[in-house]
Amino acid sequence: MKFAYYPGCSLHATGLEFDQSTRAVFHALGVQLDELDDWNCCGASSGHSLDALAAVALPARNIALAQEMNLDVLAPCAACFNRLKVAEHAIKTDPAQRNKIEDAVGFAYAGTTQIRNPIDVIVNEIGLPQVRAMVKRPLDDLRAVSYYGCLLVRPPEIVQFDDPEHPRLMDQLLAALGATPVDWAYATVCCGGSLSLTRAKIVNKLVDDIAAHAREVGAQTIVTACPLCQINLEMRQTSAAKMPIVYFTELMGLAFGLQASARWWSKHLVDPRAVVSKYATA
Amino acid sequence: MSVLVSLDPSLRDSVNLQSHQNISRCYDCDKCTAGCPVAYAMEYGPHRILQMVRFGMKETALASRDIWLCAGCETCGTRCPNDVDIAHVMDALRQMAVREDIRNPANDIANFHRVYVMLIKLFGRMHEASLMGALKLLTRDFVSDMDAGVKLVAKGKIPILPERIKGAGEVRRVLKGP
Repeated sequence: MKFAYYPGCSLHATGLEFDQSTRAVFHALGVQLDELDDWNCCGASSGHSLDALAAVALPARNIALAQEMNLDVLAPCAACFNRLKVAEHAIKTDPAQRNKIEDAVGFAYAGTTQIRNPIDVIVNEIGLPQVRAMVKRPLDDLRAVSYYGCLLVRPPEIVQFDDPEHPRLMDQLLAALGATPVDWAYATVCCGGSLSLTRAKIVNKLVDDIAAHAREVGAQTIVTACPLCQINLEMRQTSAAKMPIVYFTELMGLAFGLQASARWWSKHLVDPRAVVSKYATA
Repeated sequence: MSVLVSLDPSLRDSVNLQSHQNISRCYDCDKCTAGCPVAYAMEYGPHRILQMVRFGMKETALASRDIWLCAGCETCGTRCPNDVDIAHVMDALRQMAVREDIRNPANDIANFHRVYVMLIKLFGRMHEASLMGALKLLTRDFVSDMDAGVKLVAKGKIPILPERIKGAGEVRRVLKGP
């Protein structure tokens, strides 16, 4: 199995440990990731706020690059994944938009390249039995809440990921690692990431609500699949005792006994080692 | 809210066109506002912004901070019983406000997006250090988040130098619109 890997800007910067853990885990699973050559920013929330064409043409340029490689795209960042899916949806469902996008990017959409998210590939393609077989150090007694956020699950008809109100894929994955996924009401409640740098006070409340509820259900960590949620949840918590926020790929690497996992925890703004160190293999 | 504002009856149609939505289907159930995570900080909330668009209250809608406070989380559109993607409507209103250079108390958020897009034009990719620097200059707030910023740089999570792609020219062509 092989993918055109689209890290996006965050995974080359603030989401560094998401990039490293994703590469390590897919390598361990025998999946080849070839980074998309000369990929560009998907535009994130700014692209679609200002410019209707840029909103879809920026991500579409990356679809064009993957199409040349004749590979499906693997997009770990939930925001990039969302923008790629929105562009794909516009191309597939709206001939007028498709013409504009193809003109702007200079390519002809062939429909041969699928946009995939790691969770979908791991659960639906590789399969949980193989994940279970890879686990060397089960995450026994680790109580974790899956935080899907917004862009992975919404709009459901565009991203086609999981149930938008009650997604289960990440919980199933955590259970396969031996952890205890805990039900909670905030799995898909927005953390306000797009306002993090412009309206910190508004975002503080959203993040504190999420962290408080995670604590209330007895979770030791919040598990995320989005680099924007991850840094926002770490940075904007205001309580003295901060809830650690880890990527699902980091927990996979930990449970798989990957030595590289030791290097990921120090990258966090909220150190998760009090929760995860006991599962480290010597 | 003044009732005697000038009304623009074409507003609904142009917003529908730009957002690929049909907001005439809205029957004011307010479900969008009920589930909106940032409604608590808004002036009107998403359902009233939709009403304004239907009534043609262009100036009031485009001058409200609400259109910039929308976090784009898509909770509203996912739950709307009439399949109106309200976040896309908010995008269309933002794009309109930028095109027409409307004064808005949340123009700093619009400027944040402008800087973001300008950096993509320059490099083809985002460069956080430039983004943070430009934001500090724009807001003249040099204190906020400095401790987190320093930590992130020390952890190697905010590269000092930008990554510039070979296809930056292609990206600029895509962005040359407004």
